Amino acid sequence: MTSSDAIVAEIPRLRRYARALTGDPARADDLVQDTLERALGRFFLFRPGNLRAWLFSIMHNLFINQAKARRDGAWEDEAVLAELPARATQDDALEVRDLARCLQALPPEQREVLLLVGLEEMSYEEAARVLGVPLGTVMSRLFRARERLRGLLAGLPAQARLKVVK
Amino acid sequence: MNSPVSQEELHAYADDRLPPQRRAEIQAWLQARPELQAEVDLWRAQNTRLHRSFDRVLDEPVPARLSEAVRRRRTRPQRLAAALGWLALGGVLGFVLRDAYQARTAPVQASLPRQAAIAHAVYAPEVRHPVEVGAEQENHLVGWLSKRLGAELKPPRLADAGFALVGGRLLPGESGPVAQFMYQDARGQRLTLYVRSDARDHRETAFRYAREGGIGVFYWLDGKFGYALSGELPKDELLKVATAVYKQLNP
Repeated sequence: MTSSDAIVAEIPRLRRYARALTGDPARADDLVQDTLERALGRFFLFRPGNLRAWLFSIMHNLFINQAKARRDGAWEDEAVLAELPARATQDDALEVRDLARCLQALPPEQREVLLLVGLEEMSYEEAARVLGVPLGTVMSRLFRARERLRGLLAGLPAQARLKVVK
Repeated sequence: MNSPVSQEELHAYADDRLPPQRRAEIQAWLQARPELQAEVDLWRAQNTRLHRSFDRVLDEPVPARLSEAVRRRRTRPQRLAAALGWLALGGVLGFVLRDAYQARTAPVQASLPRQAAIAHAVYAPEVRHPVEVGAEQENHLVGWLSKRLGAELKPPRLADAGFALVGGRLLPGESGPVAQFMYQDARGQRLTLYVRSDARDHRETAFRYAREGGIGVFYWLDGKFGYALSGELPKDELLKVATAVYKQLNP
């Protein structure tokens, strides 16, 4: 397998992560394309065993820079979210939309950890390396992300409130 | 139950990241704590919902613009890649340095070949300053590097393989100084031997081979030392030299 084949093989995973991260298909694919371009420009000296983690770390850097450029406040906060009309139904598309909206309401750094662990199934250590932060930071972000997502999902209108347990 | 369950472990349990024995212990422990079990179930439900919502992206056809972005840019010829490598080095080093965090738990050999290959790529093309101390001051070189690494070093003699010592330099490693010795043959072909002395687990390993870009690396661990021989030679030729290095270090 050549290096470009190996990278192509990672595209679906990158797209899934980017989709969940940005909440927007077109923006997600832009992010994937930026990631691929940057990765190929830096492919020299790359260790094949870590290709996925390496690509994700590139995407993380691009995403964080973009998030900063969007002035750190582009995501909706909880108060705004609660007023958006949304109904919980059994319908798949709505379920996806609700989750996607709640994810966007998480601070980007919490969203990243939640997705790397919960969706991409990375180990906590891998997530720490991808994000360039200590393991303890990954864990505390994960706790907060889960707690906050619980509150957001529970706060959706017409959806049963989940009991908050200390 | 051997030890109390931390919040970290509870999440690791929910994410199924624990060794089987600990997982079983926590499973039993949770049986008497339904409120915590409910919390774990909720985290798991979040993970399941993430998959249910986004796994479908994996099955979508990849947009042509993405696969084309890769195909357009095939891996470059080695020489050009080496030049571009310089530009990219900042990024690569940034990634490598982040590994330093993981080095406490990961075995030394995980990062050894990559770091050695990067050091090779940086210094082997140097025309005017390939080394800090030249072979003409070998005693000084050996004394200096041995002192800084806190271990007695001796650059192997590789004349039989056609390589003469050019000299050496001190480099920053993950947890302290590392040494690099450089050799050159009659054609100007260069090899570097990267030596670190900070292995914690004091293991011995067989030769392993890795390729980083155009650079081949044979590496092995020996007690507290990690060695990596890097060069742009065919694998079998590099192996001969690596064997000669190994024999001299372990007479």
